[in-house]
Amino acid sequence: MSAPIARSMVLWVPDWPIVASTRVSPLQTGLPLALIDKGQVFACSASARAEGVKRGLRVREAQARCPGLIVRAYEQQLDQRTFETVVTEVEELMPGVQLLRPGICAIRSRGPARYYAGEKPAGLALVTLLDQLGVPGSRVGIADGPFTAEQAARTATHVRRVRVVPEGNAAEFLRDLPVSLIDDPPLIVLLRRLGIMTLGDFAALPADDVAGRFGEGGARLHALSGGLDSRPIVPRIPPEELDVQVAFEPALDRVDQVTFGVRTVADDFVQGLVGQRLVCTALRVEIETELGDYSERSWLHPRSFTAADVVDRVRWQLQGSAEVDSGLRSGVTRVRIVPESVDAIAHHEVGLFGAGPDERIHHGLSRVQSMLGHEGVVTAMVSGGRTLADRQATIPWGDRPLTPRNPVEPWPGQLPKPFPSTVFPTPHPVHVFGPGGVSVTVSDRGMLSAPPARFSPAASGRDAREVMAWAGPWPVAERWWDAAAAHTAHRFQVVDDRGIAWLLVLVGDEWSAEARYD
Amino acid sequence: MQETKLDTRLLPTHPAIASLLPGGGLKQGAMYSLEQSATLLMALIAGPSRAGSWCGVVGVPEFGVEAAASFGVDLERLVLVPNPGDQWLAVTAAIADVMPVVVARPPQRASDGNLARLAARLRQRGSTLIVLGAWPQSEAMLSLSDSQWGGIGRGHGHLTARQATVTVSTRLGRPRSARLWLPDPELQFTPMSSQAPVPVPVPVPVRVPAEYLRAV
Repeated sequence: MSAPIARSMVLWVPDWPIVASTRVSPLQTGLPLALIDKGQVFACSASARAEGVKRGLRVREAQARCPGLIVRAYEQQLDQRTFETVVTEVEELMPGVQLLRPGICAIRSRGPARYYAGEKPAGLALVTLLDQLGVPGSRVGIADGPFTAEQAARTATHVRRVRVVPEGNAAEFLRDLPVSLIDDPPLIVLLRRLGIMTLGDFAALPADDVAGRFGEGGARLHALSGGLDSRPIVPRIPPEELDVQVAFEPALDRVDQVTFGVRTVADDFVQGLVGQRLVCTALRVEIETELGDYSERSWLHPRSFTAADVVDRVRWQLQGSAEVDSGLRSGVTRVRIVPESVDAIAHHEVGLFGAGPDERIHHGLSRVQSMLGHEGVVTAMVSGGRTLADRQATIPWGDRPLTPRNPVEPWPGQLPKPFPSTVFPTPHPVHVFGPGGVSVTVSDRGMLSAPPARFSPAASGRDAREVMAWAGPWPVAERWWDAAAAHTAHRFQVVDDRGIAWLLVLVGDEWSAEARYD
Repeated sequence: MQETKLDTRLLPTHPAIASLLPGGGLKQGAMYSLEQSATLLMALIAGPSRAGSWCGVVGVPEFGVEAAASFGVDLERLVLVPNPGDQWLAVTAAIADVMPVVVARPPQRASDGNLARLAARLRQRGSTLIVLGAWPQSEAMLSLSDSQWGGIGRGHGHLTARQATVTVSTRLGRPRSARLWLPDPELQFTPMSSQAPVPVPVPVPVRVPAEYLRAV
């Protein structure tokens, strides 16, 4: 029934979340640090633990125990991502690594043991590598099966960092360890109530009875606690490198030269993806320059990137703003293209009769974008807000639509319908005169100084027209609590003698036209 | 008189305006010019847009998006090129290749040769071009006059509806005009019945905010 038990080597980095967090944003060594997940301490550094902080405490309580505690949010992705680099390095030294959890990985020890002439030297080689990578305090356990090896690693001390449990001694090694090490909290509670406190006690129960009482899962944990961990180590397959980069020596300082240099790697990039039966729907372009500038931007594609599209995105990023043919601030030394999201190519296959009109439209608009720049072609959305400029949002063609404000919310103080058909991108100054030819103002109490009688749509005050009808002032006081963002204005609707209605805004005593109903 | 061109297909046009246009609607592959009225422009493109056509608007940075949406233009199928600069002709031609309705405002005059090429392209693709401003080869010219706003008085009410005369003039024949609600109080474009009295601005009772509106 049981497969042969493989000799396993488990590498364990204590407090990996803490190590990962300090690798990304360095911290002076020795300062107490805690990572918080859902309001509770998820992991803490050794110095914090010495002050009494432990996993599962509430943030308030942890801070009470250790007033100098530095608190950061726990990010699972960060753990995974940083451990990935460690695993890659370990794979360089010893192939066939299985990632168990961030901070723990398992290797079959047979190969390394033969190469390094012994299991202990192999473990020491691993520990030395980790020290070179700047990951201190790693431990290695070598035993029969990954479970026993993990426990061996956890019982290794910081003086003797490699612990080897000889072949066949797994059950003896596990005998005195507490039963709480098995990964099944309800079962642990039950076993304790039955008076079973150590793994040895659990392993001593008859296997058939355990299987009958606790089922398949219980039987497996029973085998683990007896040192009979028959799980094989499944080495991970290192992911394919899909990103491409090109270095320029000497640095190139013209957009067209860089674009030309990127053309071949763009082809390689798309070909590499096609080889994996993938297409790219979002990519990141990273550009480094001679002066050490670094620009990075994600680009989305409504369908999937072709080589020409990739080249276009690099060019748009270099051009930055909408200017065309501008020189660069400093020479470009390196361009890297990283796929951010990929999809199976089968989902993007062109249909037998073409993919309909939308593809044609996308091609046409992409052509216009390559003439005018990425921001040159936009789609529009209705957004939330009180001023007309706030209420419309434009999104460059191909980007993900994001509205900063929700248009469905009530927005008290917005204009009544109908909406003006012409909204000036920047309001232009106008003049409004009362009956005597003096400029109309609004007092602090919201009272008009005089009814509007004449109105001039020009900044110079010429071309004055008679005001046929008007309404206002409609005061708007937005964000009065925030001095930087506060906006106070009075709005008016004015109809001139040509039958054109205007939306005028009075800020202080400056009149401007925000929109026209024409 | 016999037509000099073959039969052309019509875009779905708003019925109130379609009856004024030569041929009974916006023709595919034709060019129209429009005197400065954005509401009339939206009335023209709302019909095709509602019927599923894509619309491109070139060189109109002040296009009122919210008004367009409320008048029935589908924003999902609306593309704006606010500032084409000197390349407006190339951009208009590129957009006309893929979209059945294109609106453009030429910032300067183009040469006759380029205009003829653009016209040929529009005919070939069956795209309709609406030009804001005068345009030499236009099928018809639309203009708006005698606009009267309702719902607003001297210091009270607010704009609710507008009546205006839309005039369509062609190179041949008499100009045709009609009095329309642009828009009516329900934000629709409807023809006015001939017996309707001459509109007077009637104040609609609305609550004018007396005190400051405080955003919270």
